[in-house]
Amino acid sequence: MPTPSRQSDATVLTITNSREDIDRAESGLLDALTRHGYPEAARFAVRLALEECLVNAFRHGHKGLPPTTPVKFSYQVAPDTLIMEIEDQGPGFNPEQVKDPTLDENLELPSGRGLLLMRAYMTSIEYLGRGNRVRMVYSPKAVK
Amino acid sequence: MPPSGASRLRVKHMNGVTQVEFIDRNILDEANIHQIGEEIAGLVDAAPAPKLLISFSNVDHLSSAALGTLITINNRVKNRKGQLRLANIDPQIYEVFKITKLDKLFQIHDTAEAALASVT
Repeated sequence: MPTPSRQSDATVLTITNSREDIDRAESGLLDALTRHGYPEAARFAVRLALEECLVNAFRHGHKGLPPTTPVKFSYQVAPDTLIMEIEDQGPGFNPEQVKDPTLDENLELPSGRGLLLMRAYMTSIEYLGRGNRVRMVYSPKAVK
Repeated sequence: MPPSGASRLRVKHMNGVTQVEFIDRNILDEANIHQIGEEIAGLVDAAPAPKLLISFSNVDHLSSAALGTLITINNRVKNRKGQLRLANIDPQIYEVFKITKLDKLFQIHDTAEAALASVT
């Protein structure tokens, strides 16, 4: 179960790879976005990016680790900016090594689109630490 | 949300075309996506040259894992010399197809009627 520790609009959660945990975390974040007046398109974008990031963390970041290994998810919501960070406990990865899934030769590959979608829907995204911590920033005014 | 173990699809067969709708509004959960893939694969394998229409009329969200399953289904249909059409995709979700350029890979129609009319 996620353990909230709130300070104004900042939230830090520990999430395991269960639908219950993920839904609860998403629901809290989406409620916060609604309270701050983010439109439906923003909620769609943020939910998609968060889903993709969590799948990457659990499926790839935690490959070889016990399935109960949690990730840390924190976010800070202000009316003009959302900052999210997801930190897994894996060895990290280099996003430059991910193939471009939009190239004709990769179009029929069934995986490898998560990072593309995160980049497309977020205002900025960067990998920190050893490549196991992702910071995503979304600004409704900077919608692409 | 359907009970655990129940089908995640509504399926009807009409004029030689198998029409599939999703029961889930959100196609995000990996286990559900796996089940959906298995169920549709069973439908594809049930016909020698399957004609399949997948409608997204109930769908609000989907993940890249769901897109991956659609690609696998598309490959399976092609291998059996069948036809796959997608229809009724919400504009926000259609944008996901455009970003990933999968709008080039799939035959997507605004309505189920238009999709059915394109099946030969």
